[in-house]
Parts: sequence; C-alpha cells; structure tokens
Amino acid sequence: MTSDEILRVEHLKKYFPVEKGFLERLLTSSRRFVKAVDDVSFSINKGEVFSLVGESGCGKSTTGRLVVRLIEPTSGQVFFDRQNITKIRKGAFREYRRKLQIIFQDPYASLNPRMKVGQAVGHPLQIHHLEKGDEERKKVLEILQRVGLTPPEQFINLYPHQLSGGQRQRIAMARSIILNPEFIVADEPVSMIDVSLRTTIIDLMLELRKEFDLTYLFITHDLAIAKYISHRIAIMYLGKIVEMGDKNEIFSNPMHPYTQALMSSIPVPNPERKRKAIELRGEVSSAIDIPKGCRFNPRCPYADKKCKAAEPELIPVKPNHLVSCYQTKA
Amino acid sequence: MIEQTNAESHLLTVNGLTVEYWTRRGKIRAVENASFTLDRRETLGVVGESGSGKSTLGLSLIKLVPNPGRIITGDISLEGQNIRRMKDEEMRDVRGRRISYVFQDPMTSLNPVEKIKDHFVELIQTHEPKVSKTQALERANQLFRDVGIQEERINDYPHQLSGGMRQRVMIALALALNPSVVIADEPTTALDVIVQAKILDLLNSLKNRYGMALILITHDLSIVLQRSDKIIVMYAGRIVEYASSVNLYSSTQHPYSQGLLKSIPNIELADQKLEAIEGSPPDLLNPPKGCRFWPRCSFAMPECRTEEPPLFETKKNHLVRCYLYKDETNDQ
Amino acid sequence: MMGGSSTKKNMFSRLVPLLTSLARRGLAGWFIAIGLIMVIAIVVMTMLAPWISPHDPSAIEMGPPLSPPSSQFPFGTNKLGQDMLSRVISGGGIMIQVALLSVVICMAGGVPIGLLSSYTGGILDRILCLIMDSIYAFPGLVLAIAIALMLGRGVVNMALSIAVVYVPSYFRVIRSQVLSIKEMAYVEAANAIGAKGHTIVSRYILPNVIPSIIVVATVNFADAILTAAGLTFIGLGVSVDIPDWGYDLTVGRTLLTTRVWWVIAFPGIMVVLLALGFTLMGEGLSELWNPRLEQ
Repeated sequence: MTSDEILRVEHLKKYFPVEKGFLERLLTSSRRFVKAVDDVSFSINKGEVFSLVGESGCGKSTTGRLVVRLIEPTSGQVFFDRQNITKIRKGAFREYRRKLQIIFQDPYASLNPRMKVGQAVGHPLQIHHLEKGDEERKKVLEILQRVGLTPPEQFINLYPHQLSGGQRQRIAMARSIILNPEFIVADEPVSMIDVSLRTTIIDLMLELRKEFDLTYLFITHDLAIAKYISHRIAIMYLGKIVEMGDKNEIFSNPMHPYTQALMSSIPVPNPERKRKAIELRGEVSSAIDIPKGCRFNPRCPYADKKCKAAEPELIPVKPNHLVSCYQTKA
Repeated sequence: MIEQTNAESHLLTVNGLTVEYWTRRGKIRAVENASFTLDRRETLGVVGESGSGKSTLGLSLIKLVPNPGRIITGDISLEGQNIRRMKDEEMRDVRGRRISYVFQDPMTSLNPVEKIKDHFVELIQTHEPKVSKTQALERANQLFRDVGIQEERINDYPHQLSGGMRQRVMIALALALNPSVVIADEPTTALDVIVQAKILDLLNSLKNRYGMALILITHDLSIVLQRSDKIIVMYAGRIVEYASSVNLYSSTQHPYSQGLLKSIPNIELADQKLEAIEGSPPDLLNPPKGCRFWPRCSFAMPECRTEEPPLFETKKNHLVRCYLYKDETNDQ
Repeated sequence: MMGGSSTKKNMFSRLVPLLTSLARRGLAGWFIAIGLIMVIAIVVMTMLAPWISPHDPSAIEMGPPLSPPSSQFPFGTNKLGQDMLSRVISGGGIMIQVALLSVVICMAGGVPIGLLSSYTGGILDRILCLIMDSIYAFPGLVLAIAIALMLGRGVVNMALSIAVVYVPSYFRVIRSQVLSIKEMAYVEAANAIGAKGHTIVSRYILPNVIPSIIVVATVNFADAILTAAGLTFIGLGVSVDIPDWGYDLTVGRTLLTTRVWWVIAFPGIMVVLLALGFTLMGEGLSELWNPRLEQ
C-alpha cells in the first residue's frame, strides 16, 4: 500500500440469495445467488477521481455501497486509510461515517420529505456531536452558500418538494460535505438531472474536490461524463472489472472487446460522424447464471476455446492499464 | 414568418398546435404554437428537457394527451387529412394503423398477463377484423425477424424477456399495421448504450425499408444530431429552433441550443471544457414574461423581456425564435 | 372547561380561516370541513349541555311518560317522563370519552409496537404479525364484548376493550408504510451519515408515517363510538345515573315493539352523526394526502 492510497478494495464479493419458491425449496437443495459483485479489487489515491463505469446491473452501485458499508460484503476487504474497515463492528464504524460519505442518484428520494433543508443539512453535525444551535446554523448557512444555494437563509426553511432536482442534489451534497469528509462515493449523481444542469453539478463537485481535498469514487453508466471528470477509470461487466487504468490511456487505447463496443456505441453530438457501432451478439446474461469461462464470451466477437474454459485474470498490459482478456496482445 | 406549407405536399403537417393542462393550480401551456412538417423516410428529432413539452407534443399527434390536458388550437394533417378534428371512432382507427407510438417504458406498456403473440393478434384483428389468427401470427413472425428476436419468444410473457427485447417487441407492435408515421418517445432511456445503438439502427433501417416517417422524442441531443434529418429544439413548450441536423450543428443559433451543445460531453474530444447554462427551466404555471428563456440567456435584450419573439427564418428551412436574428430573415 | 364567550370567539376566529382554506382544496377539503364541523358541533353541544338543555335531563316526570314528540318536548319523553331532547343534548359525554380514551390508548400502544416490529424485522416481527393477524381476524364487536366481559363495566374498561380490538389496524398500516420507507434512499442516507436506529425511526420514518396514523385514528374514532354503543346496547356499558346515548339506545330498543320510536331514534341519529363526522374527516384526509392519480 503506497502512502498515497486512501482506499483499497480487495477481492470484494457480494452475493444476494435468490428467493426460492415453495416447490423449488422442497425439490432442490442448491442455493442460487445473484452475484452482483464477483471479486473486485482496485485502489484509489488521495485526491483522485476514480470512475467505475458500466451498464445497469453490472454491480457498480453495489460496489459503491459496499465501500461505505451500507451493505456488508459476502467476502473481501475494504481498507480505508490503511485500516481494514470491513472488520470493524457497526458501532465503532460510526466514526468512519464522518470521513466516508455517499451521494445518491435520485435527488427526489434521497432527502427526507418531512425535514426542512436546514434540519437535513445540519443533522450530521448533531449526530456526531459537533456543532449545535447557533453554531450549527452558521455552519449550515456556510455550506449551503458553498454549494451554490444563495441566499442560504432562503433555503433553510424550505421542504424538499419545494425545490428542483438540481437544487435537491446540491442539498444532498451539502449534507455530505458538512462533516468535512475525505472520501465521497457519488452514485450516478447527475443521471436524473436535466442535461443542461449536469455540468453545473459536476463542476461543483470538482471545485469542492479542490477546496475540501476530497477523493471521489464516481459511479456512472455514461462514459462521456467519466471521460470528462476522471483521472482513472474501471469498466465493469457482470460483477467484475474487465479493464482499468489511466483515463487517457484507456480512451485512446481500449483493449477489452466490451470496452471497445461500449465506446463505439456512445452517440456523439455531431451529425457528420456516422459511427458504426460494434455489434455484440445477444444481451447481458443474468447475474444468477454467469457464463462459464470469461463471462463476456457469449457476446464477444473474438471468443475462442480458451475464453470459454476459464476466467481471465485482470493483468497489467502497461503500467497504467489492466485488462482481463485472453485476446489482447500483451 | 413560418413557411407556408401546403398540407397535401407533406406526409404530416402540424400547424400552430397548442396544448394546455388545466390543473387545479392553474393552466399550464405545455405546447404553444408548434408547427412542423414531416415526409416519408424522414426522421424528425424532437429534443428538450423536462417540462419542454416534447412528450405532450408526441401524444397530441395521436390525441392521447392525458387528462387534464387539452388541445386548444392547431391543425394536424396526416396525408392531407385533418386528424385533429376527427371523432374518437375515427381516431382509434388512426392510432396504431396510420400513426403508431412507441412508449417510453416497455415494462409497463405490455400487458403482463398476455403472451406476446396475443398482443399481436389482438392488435391486428382489432384494426383488420378480416385477418385470421394464423395470418396475424405470420405477420408477427416476420416482424420478429425484422426486429431481430427469435421466433420462439413469441410464446413468452413480457416478464420473461429482457428490457431490450421488450423494447423491440414494442417496435414490432408499432410496425405491425404498416403505419406511415412512427413516434418513438425516449425509446432508449431504459436501455444500456449498446442495446440503444442497436435499437436506433433498427428503427432507421425499418424506416427506410417500409418507407415510413420517424419522430424521435428524446432529451439526448447527441442521438438526434446523429440520427435525425431535421430537429426541433423545444424549451418550455415552445419550438425555439427548427433546422436540419447538419445546419443545427454547423450554425447553432438559439442561445439555448448553443448552451445545450456546449454542455454535453463529447467522447471524441480531448480536454473538453464544458459550459453550463445558468439557472433552471421555468415554472410553467408562472412563466417569465416575454421570451421564456431570457432569465438564463447571456444575450438577453430589453425586448426579450417584454414580448415573446416569433420564429425568424434565417436560412431556407432554418427557423429560430430569437430577437438576435430579427434582421436576418430570409425573404423568399 | 368551557369559559365565557371570549374563548368561544377565539376558537371560531381560528376555525373560520381553516375551513375556508379547506374548502378551497376541492372535494376532499369539503369532506374534512363538513366532518370537522359535525364533530365540533356535537362535542361543543355536549360540553355546553348544562347551559343549553331546556330541562334537567335526569329529572323524572317532567311530562307524561312515553309521550311522542310535541312542541313542549320536541324529542318526546321516555318511560320515566324524562325529556328526550335534554337527554340527547347531554348524553354524548360518556361515548365521546370512551372513544377518545380508546384512541389514545390504541395509538400509545399500537404505534410504537408497529414501528419497532417493522423496523427491527426478524423473529420479533414474525411473532407480532402473527398475534396481530389473529386479533384482526376476529370480528371486532365480538372481541370487544369478550374483553369487556372479562374487565367489567366502566369507561376505562370499555375504552381498553375497544383499544385492543383496534391495535392491529394501526400495526398493519404502520408496518406497510415502514417497510416501504425503509427502502427509500433518504433512509439509506441517514444511515450513511451515521444516524443510529432510534434516530432514524423517530426523525426519518415516523414523520412520514404520521399522515397514515391520523387517517386510521379518525376511522378508529368512528368505530369506537359505534362499538361503545354496541357494548352499552348489550348491557356492558356504564351505570345509569348520567344521561347516556348508549343507555337510551338499549332502553329504546325494547320500546320499539310498542311503537315508541323516539327514544331510540334520536340518540341513534346522534351516534351516527358523530361517527359519520369522523369518517368524513378520515376520507377527506386520506384523499388529500394520498390523492389518486394526479399528474
């Protein structure tokens, strides 16, 4: 672990048991699982924006929740600031909640409809016995100002339903940063916000990063946004990371067939660029019945016998570029 | 200033369409004075954000605007025939058969207790009672081949199909009766990028093969730029720019369109600097006086705040609703 | 207790703006407004009884016994020659007290149990669900009778027996709400900022469950009144010294066979009106807070 590392995830797995019908339970003894996260490892350096990219169902949101321990892993470890936070008891972990925060995707669901803005943003301070009363109010106003809700006094007595999606997301951010965290997981923070407003939220996040010295795990399905905002990215497919590394390197030189297909499918705002998307057969398999061998092989245009037999490892083909594929030229 | 259109010369002509929602809290002008034309084998992209009125526009074309919405004025002509004035009976015949609609969410648009094949049979036989069940199924199978689903899946229930397949079933249903116009409302939002590209390619090839016209309603400017022939940009219920996709890209005129273009990340550009549009979309119950966009516009002039600009034609078939261009009208 | 006219004026001055704002909310608002007026009118009437009833309701032989409604006795007289109008005006006290008490007991018991059970889940939840479902499956009146028989007479006992019957209703409603709220992102967010379980329940879940609780409470009131009448009907009510609708209903029932309809009719109408008032409020509130299809 280098001194720069702030987060390290090792062989993280999360399997959700599948509910069985009555008859099935009688007749079969095997258990089936949704393997949402199936052996994921990565590390993030202080001050970095690390994007976890993938389509819905690939396990990226689950990974984000595992990192902040909103759900417990089936196996694997998470290290934060060199401490193994997976082993800590729930009660003791509360300390870490000050440093590890999360912003959710849906601004309409992540705020308590019965809490005024001022109460919602100030609540973290109360929970951790920091400021109270006037001091709390001052801090809240300061933070609301910082996230661009001006004049802040106007907002503290409003309820979420009186605000727009963009404003709600800012409040969610204010709530996260009021504790002065070190690390924030942002789970699709702009996908439910109007296109013309996304840039303001993303730029705000980048400013806050500089000002508060934050590190982000940015989860998104939008490769274009990932390209704009990150330093390093990792592409996930069906619970595993298939390609990972420096952003520029990966975008200029995508090696995994899935990454290549993804990049070719993304629409470009230019009518003259008639891109030909790489065709992939079939659709994403279910996470319950993961294909044998490389889990991408049923759809892969290059799959051969080796791919169907065993899962490839995520190995570095360059110092800042890892791929898990037998077909890439190392 | 809008080009005088001869209703018979285009497949679909919409003139001065205005739609309001009469809610308890007041009247909302969801669409105001919308006019455009559409021809065979053309794709029209309707792009806008939430509250822009694009979905309402689409629904009003088949007169399915939900309560409490009403079409206030305007003409809708399909193949020369005025469909706005049609009675319910006649409109039911138009829906599905001459204009069909692909809804946004395939999960809730299919009947969960009916097999896919029953969806087809019901649809076909309702509009063409003389068609037998076997003939209907044959047509369904052909459509399945067109949209790229294995024939056996026709015996499945909706929940047994994936999201992408359900969307393809919706498209197949939309094509079953050989309509002249297909309206696709956010056909790809619930799908992943790879399937998205496939579906859009599919719509395009089917459009060309069967000689239909396609209307793509979406919030994704990239999609309409790449895949439509012409584009309508909507903001707060108004058409603010109407041009071919090539022209819209090379000379983006309306400040909103410009702002939109500058705020989307382009994966092919290195080191892009994105710019945001200040402010947020207006409350339609209390819209700003004058041009709906002026509070967010960096070019706002005094006249913008008092009276709404009309559409100015700056080049042949490039219209923009902005006083910045009032002296540039292309006199034909 | 009721003071002079100044307190009355005070209450009315706050009431009128409330009613007008309700009337503006459409049909649901009207329901609440009308229900509220009915309930308040009856409660106020009962409280002002000593001042407004024309005769002493307990005084016997005010007029000829069992005389039908007339100009002197608009609601007629009963077997003891008591003025029915006065009895109707004064007779709501017991019933209202019982209903109020039972609702309070029920909420005090049912709400915490419901919250705890559904939030904690696990075996506790399973067991409580089983118990609550069993109670719920029983016809309410029968169960209330059984419990009242065990506990004996008296306002508190009556309230208790009604309360027990109604706790499962609160439990179920709260449980279904809590289960869906638990999944919401704002509860996850509360966890993420480090809130402890009891904080989450009290500040994030309970406030969002309160509208449902209030709606159940109004229906609870209505039902409590009818059940109290029922219990009194079969003799499990309170003693006969004070004027009481329930008592008059019982007595009036036997008199019906002799064509004496007014002893049961007027108290009966009052009971129905009071229950109706609460039901209207409940319906209105429910419609207001969970409107059907409005987008």
